[in-house]
Amino acid sequence: MGSLSRKHFLGLKETPADDIKKIIDTGFMFREVLDRPVKKVPSLTGMNIVNLFFENSTRTRMSFELAEKRLSADVINFSASSSSLKKGETLKDTVQNIHAMKMDAVVMRHSAPGSILQLTKFVDAIVINAGDGTHEHPTQAMLDMMSIHEKFGKLKGIKVAIVGDICHSRVALSNIYGLITMGAEVTLCGPPHLLPVGIEELGVNISYNIDEVIEWADVLNILRIQRERMGIGIIPSVREYRSSFGITQERINQHQKEIVIMHPGPMNRGVEIDSTIADGEQAIILDQVLNGVAVRMSILYLLLSQGEEKEA
Amino acid sequence: MKKEFQMNGKWLLANGNIYNPFLDETQQGSILLEDGIVKYLGKDNNIPKDANVIDCDSKMITVGFMDLHAHFREPGREDKETLETGSLAALAGGFTKVCVMPNTNPPLDSPESIRFIVEKASNLPIDIYPIGAITNGQKGQNLSEISEMINAGAVAISDDGVPVKNGQILRYALEYSKMCGITVINHSEDEDIRADGVMNESSMSTNLGLPGNPDYAESVMIFRDLSIAEFVDGKIHIPHVSTAKSVEVIKYFKDKGVNVTAEVSPHHLGLTENRLSEFDTNAKVAPPLRSEKDRLALIQGLKDGIIDCVATDHAPHTIEEKEADFIQAPFGMIGLESAFGITHTVMTNNGASTEDVVRWLTDAPMKIMNFKLKAFETGKKADITIIDPQEKWIFSKEHVHSRSKNSPMYNMEFTGRVITTISGNIGFGEIISS
Amino acid sequence: MKLIKSKLMEESHMKRTLIRLSHEIIENNPDLENVALIGIRTRGEFLAKRIRSLIEDISKEKMKYGTLDVTFYRDDFKTNLGSPQVQSSEVLFSLDDINVILIDDVLYTGRTIRAAMDELFSFGRPASIQLCVLVDRGHRELPVKADFIGKNYPTSLREHIHVHVNEVDNEDAVLLMEYGEDE
Repeated sequence: MGSLSRKHFLGLKETPADDIKKIIDTGFMFREVLDRPVKKVPSLTGMNIVNLFFENSTRTRMSFELAEKRLSADVINFSASSSSLKKGETLKDTVQNIHAMKMDAVVMRHSAPGSILQLTKFVDAIVINAGDGTHEHPTQAMLDMMSIHEKFGKLKGIKVAIVGDICHSRVALSNIYGLITMGAEVTLCGPPHLLPVGIEELGVNISYNIDEVIEWADVLNILRIQRERMGIGIIPSVREYRSSFGITQERINQHQKEIVIMHPGPMNRGVEIDSTIADGEQAIILDQVLNGVAVRMSILYLLLSQGEEKEA
Repeated sequence: MKKEFQMNGKWLLANGNIYNPFLDETQQGSILLEDGIVKYLGKDNNIPKDANVIDCDSKMITVGFMDLHAHFREPGREDKETLETGSLAALAGGFTKVCVMPNTNPPLDSPESIRFIVEKASNLPIDIYPIGAITNGQKGQNLSEISEMINAGAVAISDDGVPVKNGQILRYALEYSKMCGITVINHSEDEDIRADGVMNESSMSTNLGLPGNPDYAESVMIFRDLSIAEFVDGKIHIPHVSTAKSVEVIKYFKDKGVNVTAEVSPHHLGLTENRLSEFDTNAKVAPPLRSEKDRLALIQGLKDGIIDCVATDHAPHTIEEKEADFIQAPFGMIGLESAFGITHTVMTNNGASTEDVVRWLTDAPMKIMNFKLKAFETGKKADITIIDPQEKWIFSKEHVHSRSKNSPMYNMEFTGRVITTISGNIGFGEIISS
Repeated sequence: MKLIKSKLMEESHMKRTLIRLSHEIIENNPDLENVALIGIRTRGEFLAKRIRSLIEDISKEKMKYGTLDVTFYRDDFKTNLGSPQVQSSEVLFSLDDINVILIDDVLYTGRTIRAAMDELFSFGRPASIQLCVLVDRGHRELPVKADFIGKNYPTSLREHIHVHVNEVDNEDAVLLMEYGEDE
């Protein structure tokens, strides 16, 4: 067992507050490492980690790869496009092949919710969820929480609004689970038909009025609106979305308040967020990216460290 | 472990509760079979010396079950099931009569394909009744040769697995099939509303991040289908009803006198969407497992007669296919072997009797298919299922005779078990003769 | 069971020892401008702070100072780490061409010092590294030798030395501990 309460890191639904706190605290230690001239520590020397990406996500993969390399682990990347997966090999086959290579940890990204849980049944290695479709993306939520913590020194009582297409988001659910566990207040704001059924049962508020939400919130976490969803009957137009939910410079100016702007990326500048906001002083979007590496280092380090404490 | 055994010569089913589901009558007594033919039924204890005896004390002897809804995958996917392996699964579950759905490859949409099934099944120990496709290739566009298929042995028509999307085509099918006196079965689901849903849409689907299929995707289609049936005075059967709303809609039309019948699957009576919390692909089924509220409405609907019968929707899939991720894995679960156990357990816990459960598996489906309702006729082929209504048992893989093993019900405890199934001179069960 | 066997050093003794170590460091490093004192967390940090103020009092020069947490550099984390209470290292200047004085409480196997030296290189390329410890208890597993030693205490393997500092333990003392039979 590692230093967290569970062997794997699959989601935040059942991750206790103590684990989340430990990950964030250790994450800040790695932030310091990332500021050094040599941004690398030997902690995971000799460990083998495979990044299994069954769906493209350049940012998440790069962030994990960097985190692994900065911990001195040996890293293999596997992506669906370069694999036999398209030739009808099952998830199980692919994974067992990789398992036979004696990996210590598997980081997996897959489009199907729950696929990460299946993976734990096929391998002995420590499994880390790099996003299983619209289910969980716990490392993204951890970096979001670390970034909020960095800004406010705490999570409890912080008012976080998650804005946009909650239904199709890969990051919303984990953020909700984690923030609620840590005692933050969460409001979801987006088009009503893009808020999934029964989401309020998770303890979040719902609003369709972005201006009220900006007035209320300490933090806006703005989700990507996929352009593919525009004009196919789901979102009427960019113009309409921007006027109802877009975080525009004009809208932020009207409120004249301090508010922290977050975005998990990749951004559609000029759609869900204006460029001037994304690049503005209130935005911590690039801190999120750096914290992403640190928090993933923290998770890998805590999961792969094992054994009893001995006197030094 | 149950197995097939020959019942040549004289066999006495001794001292059981002989239940005739068509008359809803029970009598104490024994049945004597000779070479698979019923010779005698009554209280006489004159046991022929050379008879094998199956002790039926405190057991129920009744008519072999009928399943209106099974997928035996032949032709096309014999790796999942064949008519032969499906027959063994049926016998293990107490079924001697099974209707097989036409969504094979190629689909059963012609008299030739129906004849293929009839001929292939003629040597099997159970009776297999093919259901023909409503439209060519189940494509929902052109009516198939319905009358020719009926002449070849089809007992009903359905495009099961896919709904007849075009209401006008369904109207034609309902009108046209009237001249054959058969039932039209339409898979009731609005595909646009279902969209890419893989489970019931609810806070559960939200929690799991899985695309949802809302309950009204089914009930709006049932409303459409029954409105058409009402207009043309057709005979329609609703398969695998899964939601409380659907029960309401069916009741509405039944109360108006529309000629509609409906079935419910054992898994919808016994399981809910909570089974999906670990993303078990064996619990992925169409229509999906619903909420507890829906489950209770189905139980009540069956008791009230709004739903007429129980049908398994036995849908075998290979391990390999079910080992895919939840989105890619196919819909469906096997059901013949567990059908009586789970239905009896759930329904007797909810106030029904063993006799009720037997009627939902015999009398009701046979009526829907216009079968002759005769039990234990002397001089006729034996068609018998022996049940122990009290026995508690844990359902496990060893009870499964299907070629596929995709069931989410392993390790569930059931009350009431099929002991032996007899079809002519073939018995199936643990031999308990003395 | 851990038992305190004896007190090897008490407050005034420790103070005198630190003063001596400070003088030795000054004596060996005439160019104090290019010297950095780096304490190893946890106890070494506080000893380093005291040595720093002693040296600054004596020499009237401002000393470069930092702390290291070597947890990420340990070679034994697989077996040796229950729940790490990691703290960050703070070295807010480049170590290029600096004479580093590493300061720790007890020198034992040498593994902590090995980890600390590795970590130092992530902050630059020091001109030299010298090691200062309050207590050397022997049992080295690596070829590590201290340049400045407060006190040598040969110990058995069943014994342990705990340095207490006021900032953490509410007393200044060096204790000899022995593990009981049940360990």
